Amino acid sequence: MFIKTITAASLIALAAPTLAMACEIGARVSVVGNEFPAIQTVGAGAQECEGGEVTTNLTADHQTINLPGMQGNPAEYTSAIIANSSIVALMNEDVIRPLGDLIEKHGKDLQPTQIITIGGEPMAVAFMANAQHLVYRADLLEEAGLDVPTTYEEMLEAAKTLREKGISENPVGGPYKAGWNLAQEFNNMFLGHGGTHFKDGTAEPNVNTPEGVATLEMMKALAEYMNPDYLTHDSNGTNAEFRAGNVALMHMWGSRAATMTDADGVPQEVVDGFAIAGPLTVGGGETPASTLWWDGFTVAKNIPDEEAEATFVALMHGIRPEILEDEETAKQAVWLIEGYKPTEAAKGVFAAAQSGTIPYPMLPYMGLLHTALGNELSDFMQGKESAEQALSDVEAAYTAAAKEQGFLK
Amino acid sequence: MKHRTFFWFFLPTGLAMLLFIALPLVSVIIQSTHAPHEAVFRTVENCGPFGCVEETTIDQEATRAIRDAEPLGRFVGLDIYLDRGHLAAQEVGEAWANRESIGDFLSRLGNLPFYRAMAFTLTYTFTVTPLLIVLGLMIALAVNTVTQRLKGFIIFFSLLPMIVTPLVGSLILFWMLDSRGVLGTFIQWAANDPDLSLKASTPLTWAMLIVYGIWSSAPFAFVVFYAGLQTLPQDQIEAAQIDGATRWQQVKYVIVPHLMPLVTFVALIQLMDNFRVLEPIIGFNAQAHATSLSWIILNDLGGETRQLSAASATSVMTILGVAILLTPVLIRTWRDFRSKT
Repeated sequence: MFIKTITAASLIALAAPTLAMACEIGARVSVVGNEFPAIQTVGAGAQECEGGEVTTNLTADHQTINLPGMQGNPAEYTSAIIANSSIVALMNEDVIRPLGDLIEKHGKDLQPTQIITIGGEPMAVAFMANAQHLVYRADLLEEAGLDVPTTYEEMLEAAKTLREKGISENPVGGPYKAGWNLAQEFNNMFLGHGGTHFKDGTAEPNVNTPEGVATLEMMKALAEYMNPDYLTHDSNGTNAEFRAGNVALMHMWGSRAATMTDADGVPQEVVDGFAIAGPLTVGGGETPASTLWWDGFTVAKNIPDEEAEATFVALMHGIRPEILEDEETAKQAVWLIEGYKPTEAAKGVFAAAQSGTIPYPMLPYMGLLHTALGNELSDFMQGKESAEQALSDVEAAYTAAAKEQGFLK
Repeated sequence: MKHRTFFWFFLPTGLAMLLFIALPLVSVIIQSTHAPHEAVFRTVENCGPFGCVEETTIDQEATRAIRDAEPLGRFVGLDIYLDRGHLAAQEVGEAWANRESIGDFLSRLGNLPFYRAMAFTLTYTFTVTPLLIVLGLMIALAVNTVTQRLKGFIIFFSLLPMIVTPLVGSLILFWMLDSRGVLGTFIQWAANDPDLSLKASTPLTWAMLIVYGIWSSAPFAFVVFYAGLQTLPQDQIEAAQIDGATRWQQVKYVIVPHLMPLVTFVALIQLMDNFRVLEPIIGFNAQAHATSLSWIILNDLGGETRQLSAASATSVMTILGVAILLTPVLIRTWRDFRSKT
């Protein structure tokens, strides 16, 4: 691993003078964002710019610091790299600026689909897409004589067979950790059942519905085939289970699928049997039980125009089409950049986008509902209360929070 | 000390306390009685890589005017303290009115975040604190009898749990206690139950957190008591020995009374610390089974929409909780002090 890093680093270092196009900026740039590999690449690309200081703060805790770091005047961060869920918090507090003039001046490389507009104003530039989809062990399914499931009902059947045949004790995986992850699994399954989170056009919650109950029942049924510690497993924990060869079927993030079997010590049969397919549907529905995500950058409002321009130029340099010439980089994500050719690892996310998966809702109050779901659903998963009670708790917790935030009267 | 001298002596400390304790406290209290203004929504068309949808967004123009007029937000009095996320006045009233039995009422109470957190926090505080004092005392007494040559090594070894950062310590144990980890497998073997998982059961998770709490805090009690033992007058022990006191009687009638002020001190500090339990819950990923007030604060601040007012209200309640917990100990200390002077 270490040697690999060094080789990759020296390759980049060698290639840099030929690859890097001139990037001249005239002011300070300060970027805050998540820490996964694709964002590291964009951040490093922005730092190649000369003429102004470019600093990056890439951390998994980015969303707890990006808003406070942009509320000051002048703002500490000139840009936050965000996703469609987290842009809402920045929009709610009015700390990011419309990018129309900057895109016109410096955005000739952008694809029209990369530009995120809110009410007609371009507010962010997306550079990668993400979604959860099926990841499975082709060898184990073959051994059990099973087809690749396309619905969650088939997944349950397959899990039952795998357990009965003694091929895998806990064949199903999933990031079901209580909190954000569990809530996200609910969102996926709920949208797959045709549910809508809010009553039409209002901030009133709408999860205590037959779709919500069906969602929870399916999650509980799947959990029966998971490692008993599933409520403590986030994406990293679930991936570790998969890498250890304990899991045969799971819904996993596209951004993590590509590097799934790259870790040290993954048994050869896991590397060979590892396969990717599109997201599953559930309950006879057509809409996949998943959500679509994009990651992109914003530019702070409370900074001088020179800094905004420098920030935009540096980040555009970070996502210039030439970065895809590096194979490792091309594999890191499903890039929305011009010239991107999907790698084998990207087909799950592509299938999600093509089969009508619903994007994660960009609503001012969605974050509060997500938090409420994360806190209140674990009681049901542990069998401490009924699905109806859990969902009514979710609505009550959300309503209290939404009233406090001024979203509900 | 002259008043004037005392004033200048105390001034820097006083200023620091005012700046770093009193002012934040005032700000938290003010924050907890204010909430963000009611948002003005408008429907817009949002477009991105996956097409366009009609969605709701906050009308910044309209909201800005209200915000500028009252930058603190709207005054809501004690509303936040009484809402479902905190004391849940209305929900508790309903649970009491509709109760089938006291047990039913308590289980309805346990469904509300504040009371659920309090149930764990109080259980944790009142089991960990006495047990860690006893364990710390036992280690101190044991180390005190070890030969001089081994002492340094053993003291270092006993302090290890405190030296390891709580978050790291709990994370290491979390991995070891995994059903596939070293300790987890051992427990399965010992209990003769291959499906046993500490992390999947609420009572076992509580036990795990409590054992961790004792393990990580006992060294603190040990260090304090060990220092206290060095001041133990040898003649009293010898007198007791001449009177034929057994080792147990010496501990009970001579050593423990001598260390009593230190026991009070350790109890005070540990009551405060344990009431604010947070790291083990995070480290053990235990939020499905156990929460605390500090965890609620972190959760309110860590979501995609930060709930500052809710977090402030919980902070104020934590401070009140600590004050209530410490009152009996403080009154006792005050009485002791009065009786001595």
